[in-house]
Amino acid sequence: MPELDKKSWRNDAYAKVTGRAKFTDDLKFANLLHAAPVYSDFVHARIISIDASAAKSLPGVIKVLTAKDVPGTNRYGQIIQDFRIFADDKIRYHGDVVAIVVAETREIAIRAVQLVKVNAEPLTAVLDPEAAMLPGAPLVHENHGTNIVNTHVVRRGDVEAGFRQADFVIEEKFQTQTVEHAYMETEAAVCVPRSTDGVIEVYGSMQHPFSTRRFVAACLGVALSEVEVIGTPMGGGFGGKDDTAAIVCARTALAAKLLNRPVKMVYRRDWSMRESYKRHPYRVHYKMGVTKAGRITAVQCKIIADGGAYCSVTPWVTWRSTVQCCGPYVVENVHCDTFGVYTNNVVAGAMRGFGSPQMNFVIEQMVEIAAQRAGISGVEFRRRNMVRQGSVTITGQKLDGHKVAMEQALDTVLREMDYENKLAKCAHGNGNDELYGIGLAMSYRGVSLGAEGVDFCAAIINAQADGSIFVEVGVHENGQGAESAMSLLLAEELGVDLNRIRYRRSSTSNIPDSGTTVASRGTIMGGGAVTLAARELKKKIAGAFCEKLGCAAEEVRFKNNFICGKTDREQIAFGDGMRQMWQRQQFPFALGTFKAPRVTWDEHTGQGDAYFTWVYGCQAVELTVNKKSGKVKLLNAVAAHDVGRAVNPEMVRGQIYGGMAMSAGYGLHEEVKAPDGKMTTLNLNTYRIPRSMDLPEMKAIIIENPDPVSPTGAKSIGEPANEILAPAIANAIFNATGQRHFALPIRLGALPEPTTCGEGCK
Amino acid sequence: MKLFVNGKEIEVPAAAMEKRIVEFLREDLDLTGAKNACDVGACGACTILVNDEPIRICIKRVKDFAGQRILTIEGLAAPDDTLHPLQQAFVDCGAIQCGYCTPGMVMTAHAFLLQNPRPTREQIRNAIFKNLCRCTGYQQIIDAIEKAAPHYQRGESGLQAASTPGKPVSRQTSKGVNLAKAEAG
Repeated sequence: MPELDKKSWRNDAYAKVTGRAKFTDDLKFANLLHAAPVYSDFVHARIISIDASAAKSLPGVIKVLTAKDVPGTNRYGQIIQDFRIFADDKIRYHGDVVAIVVAETREIAIRAVQLVKVNAEPLTAVLDPEAAMLPGAPLVHENHGTNIVNTHVVRRGDVEAGFRQADFVIEEKFQTQTVEHAYMETEAAVCVPRSTDGVIEVYGSMQHPFSTRRFVAACLGVALSEVEVIGTPMGGGFGGKDDTAAIVCARTALAAKLLNRPVKMVYRRDWSMRESYKRHPYRVHYKMGVTKAGRITAVQCKIIADGGAYCSVTPWVTWRSTVQCCGPYVVENVHCDTFGVYTNNVVAGAMRGFGSPQMNFVIEQMVEIAAQRAGISGVEFRRRNMVRQGSVTITGQKLDGHKVAMEQALDTVLREMDYENKLAKCAHGNGNDELYGIGLAMSYRGVSLGAEGVDFCAAIINAQADGSIFVEVGVHENGQGAESAMSLLLAEELGVDLNRIRYRRSSTSNIPDSGTTVASRGTIMGGGAVTLAARELKKKIAGAFCEKLGCAAEEVRFKNNFICGKTDREQIAFGDGMRQMWQRQQFPFALGTFKAPRVTWDEHTGQGDAYFTWVYGCQAVELTVNKKSGKVKLLNAVAAHDVGRAVNPEMVRGQIYGGMAMSAGYGLHEEVKAPDGKMTTLNLNTYRIPRSMDLPEMKAIIIENPDPVSPTGAKSIGEPANEILAPAIANAIFNATGQRHFALPIRLGALPEPTTCGEGCK
Repeated sequence: MKLFVNGKEIEVPAAAMEKRIVEFLREDLDLTGAKNACDVGACGACTILVNDEPIRICIKRVKDFAGQRILTIEGLAAPDDTLHPLQQAFVDCGAIQCGYCTPGMVMTAHAFLLQNPRPTREQIRNAIFKNLCRCTGYQQIIDAIEKAAPHYQRGESGLQAASTPGKPVSRQTSKGVNLAKAEAG
């Protein structure tokens, strides 16, 4: 295959560009029923009864299912089992589902939903996370005893001594908003009871087939082997198709199981917006001690994350915020207190970035404020404090074993942008109409789950007698091109053409549970597993042919579709080799498992080797602000990210562009609005994600420093790309207008939202 | 009532006249390329061409299209499955990620290039304004449309796809792969 193709190759491109790819809603089954969710109009209430009699009498309605119909467990959750398949005791937020209606058509199901009456006693809703933390606040979950879901700390050095060493102290309060993933495809499931063996097949839009299977099996009260989640193209996830997506599958599976018919439930956009979990809104109180020489001596911060009505992954999201609470800077004295809090707001959970976009909005503005006070440039301030080879992080982790590429990323962006020269041209509020500004932000990021969770992945390679090859890996195709990256890595490792390799349609019944495809872990974990499986397979093949090739097994090489000895004179065509192995009953089959290197964490001190490796990135943006209207126009954006190794460069760039776009939306436009806990931004006409005209031309620069702990050398890009453009925009807006903005999204105009400037910057 | 869909004449049953056309295409004709992602005409995932004009069909009824000439994404590739040069450019430029917006995006771009085969990048950016994509930041989509434009300048891009076939795309077909050839290479 020509080199050119490999740079952008996707196994699913043809199906997607011709419209033939079958997403969940595109699937058809005979005898199909349709389901729709029932919400109540309460935000916080004790359920007294659910009256579905009118709905049931509507012709075409088959059944209305509530918590009482769940044969297994109605509770689920990856950390705390507080989520409900159906709300049973209380309604805890406006998106809580009390029932589903199952009908012969989708239209009838939707009509019947309005006929279900929910009788409940309203309770005082707690919508402010700080108020929720106070003693005596109404409890969202009485049995939890408090609204505080979790806490994390970092205790390093002596923060009081650190502030005494400082020449000045900057103290600011920041606030970030609730945002929606806005995947183009809403939550969807089709569940089919298999008549031959009773297994429930689940086709759905989710990024965690294994947890979906767990929740479905638990809900139905059946064994894991009685549920098969079958890989289906997914129209975007961005972290958002984990908990809610799994619960949609569980409700659909319940209907299919009880009625013994295929059932489809495809979420309308307003249901998706109302019910699905969001990115946590944060409140951050940040205090930084700095010397005249521009060195950070201490950081004290308090982070409050509004987790909404259920736990979801709040403890993990806030853990990453805690570990990365000082950004890519060396700080000897740190005191960080982080709280995840229950409220009656929409649930918050995983979203691309996972606790870092909020913190980087804070940190990357704090360093600029500090630099200004110290009388040096933001770039110089960063250089004086940034992590370098051998630096020790705020959790006591020594950064070695991989290249610490923070300065490389920064320098790459500065050069590409001609940053320092353009910085001199910024308007700082002076000018009549279009005010020019440039700004940057940078970050480092722990790769994969870290001490958040169990981190491993499996891959299966099954070569056929004609030399074609099946591969399957326990990571999920979220749309990012994971299957293609896995296939490319396998082709390279086996020295065969890409067109021999077929990525097997994934199924939870085929491969060991490898966790969820989140945390930018797909390429590093899946790629690791594929590579180890390929090495295992090569060992088998080498053992089978080394005698014939006249060399030792470890001398056998694989290249250009041949199995070769020491020289190319001795060689066997790969396909011939597979046929011969088949005839000799030596199966060219291998299972590879990759376990993440060990990480450590002490929850009491917040110290430990939090992640087994790190990535580094920097982004800069140029913009203008219209002085009269406050309209921000992005002119140009540049990103540089160390990805370890780019397996599929076009896909890596695609991740970077998409991440920057999403972060631009976070910075300037996006906000879920829910006055009194009832969401009003329920569709894509009111929830404003970036359109083409909102975005500038972007440049994505890939830095490759292959990582020794990754079998492929590759690391991550999905989330690193999505965590720093918003603060870069905030810094550019400051350089354009002279105004700091401490709340997201940044609103300019005649009356910018009031922002407080603490004592430090007066 | 008749519709002309991808070059075929379709007789619409009376019962289907009030249906939303996106549902008629997806359910009755099994043309599931056009997606319904918002129901309110905000996202463009349902875009098809009607008499060469891009139309967002999630808010329209079948009866609105009596006698009209409709082109969906399924009608863009050549009958022998060779990709239209615009589709090939989307593949080559990495313009496809999750693929949910892709059919609508390709159809909008096709209509635009038929009208304006020599666009600037800014004009392309303007042209796809009504089509939302959450994965790509639009950069590689704009690259792809720019790359395909010369084919339209040469008049290769009639509604029945390119008269000169694009290069064969490396895809996995049910026909499988020619392994003997791969080995010889």
